[in-house]
Amino acid sequence: MTPQEILQGLYDETLVGNAPRVLELTEEGLSNAMEPQTLLFDALIPSLEEVGARFERGDFFVPEMLIAGRAMAGAMERLRPLLAETGVATVGKFLMGTVKGDVHDIGKNLVNIMLEGAGFEVIDLGVQVAPEKFVAAIEEHQPDIVGFSAFLTTTMPMFKANINALEKAGLRNEVVVMVGGAPVTQEYADAVGADGYAADASACVKRAKALLDARRTKVPA
Amino acid sequence: MSSSPTAPTSTTGSSTSSPSEERTALIACGAIAQPCATIVARRGWPVEVHPLPPLLHNQPQEIAGEVRALARRLRPSYARVVVGYADCGTYGALDAVCDELGLARLPGLHCYDVYAGADRIERFFEDQPGTYLLTDFLVRSFARTVERELGLDRWPELREDYFGHYTRVVWLAQEPDDELRRLAAAASDRIGLPLTVVETGNARLESALEALLR
Ligand code: B12
Repeated sequence: MTPQEILQGLYDETLVGNAPRVLELTEEGLSNAMEPQTLLFDALIPSLEEVGARFERGDFFVPEMLIAGRAMAGAMERLRPLLAETGVATVGKFLMGTVKGDVHDIGKNLVNIMLEGAGFEVIDLGVQVAPEKFVAAIEEHQPDIVGFSAFLTTTMPMFKANINALEKAGLRNEVVVMVGGAPVTQEYADAVGADGYAADASACVKRAKALLDARRTKVPA
Repeated sequence: MSSSPTAPTSTTGSSTSSPSEERTALIACGAIAQPCATIVARRGWPVEVHPLPPLLHNQPQEIAGEVRALARRLRPSYARVVVGYADCGTYGALDAVCDELGLARLPGLHCYDVYAGADRIERFFEDQPGTYLLTDFLVRSFARTVERELGLDRWPELREDYFGHYTRVVWLAQEPDDELRRLAAAASDRIGLPLTVVETGNARLESALEALLR
């Protein structure tokens, strides 16, 4: 197979969620001396972006999105150590969790995959993460950004509770706060005092990078 | 679906003596349309039930638009149009349509609130955040509305992605009979969760409808 065919194959097979084939093609690319970054940026990420776009258009539903995410995550497992070896500095550290009382996590997991693909180090606290747990994890890991995910009308108020907990612990100015999830809007994010919001995984990556750039120019390290 | 043989004489049907101008149209989510129609028939209310597809719940961004279109279509032929939906994951969009067209809707966030009361539902989630709720409708249609919609029929391995963090199923049983009990047990089994049965009946739905039509 030519490198072009491998990239096309990776794109197509990720799109339909054929995890075993995606892994095979990843191996094939690597044994043909293709760069891990090339496989990631020229095939896997564009494919998952297309999956997101199809979901937005209503051509894909949740299961199609999940199996594509799984296929990409499988390839990431293989590529992660290689990407680390290349010594490219991580873009930033992103701490993520679904808020207390909520166990929806599909959207959060997809965001994590895309963040990782884009070079973020992602620490996932899982679901039902209480404010105290976010505070403790921020102290421990010192992330650049913390992300709160919520899906139920009844759990969205936890954004505010989390932000209050950060303020109380004196951590609010140490991290950028991003919020997201199906019911969340920019207005809601503004109202609770978050720094950023994004409607989907690709937008989250862009917004996260922009927020970090803005912060780094403001506070020199 | 066949109509109940024991239905009272004063039904919702096409009785010529009461022109539709004096009747009310109830736009109802397909997931609650049947119990609504049963209650309407038993009470002899001058109401016709117009269901919308229950699967809209998985594309909740479409619910408000569909309700709006149907309400506008029905308005010329009815004295009144009311909405048999709760917020249902529209996150306020349905309320905006109701405000715009001057329509009333059922209270609460979901039909679960309507069947069991919002406080009780909140308590279920407080006790165990990983609670997955079923209604009679969901029990009966589980293979189609849950398993097929979530792709579990094609990709059973996705079970973990969906229900990995869940700890129990709570069935809000409205009219439990042996057949439904068997189906509810089978449904919980297929997603690998223990089943709790909470008999709610339809009394709350009936009072909510009564208030809506008042
Ligand atoms: C799949 C699903 C489930 C799965 C969840 C599996 C899981 N592990 O997550 C199952 C079937 C288990 C489930 C259960 C329930 N669900 Co549900 N579910 C959905 C559904 C259909 C899709 C959600 C989803 O995964 N979307 C796909 C992802 C990719 O999109 P997303 O979540 O929006 O995520 C994107 C963005 O929001 C953003 N994002 C996400 N997180 C973050 C974080 C940050 C920081 C940023 C920047 C961005 C970001 O990027 C993501 C990727 O693009 C929605 C309806 C819908 N179409 O929205 C209902 C829905 C969310 N569920 C709902 C309900 C009511 C429930 C139940 C209560 C139902 C029940 N029968 O018990 C339970 C919840 C119980 C509980 N204890 O939490 C309601 C919520 C309504 C409300 N007002 O609160 C909805 C809207 C359905 C409806 N119309 O009623 N559900």
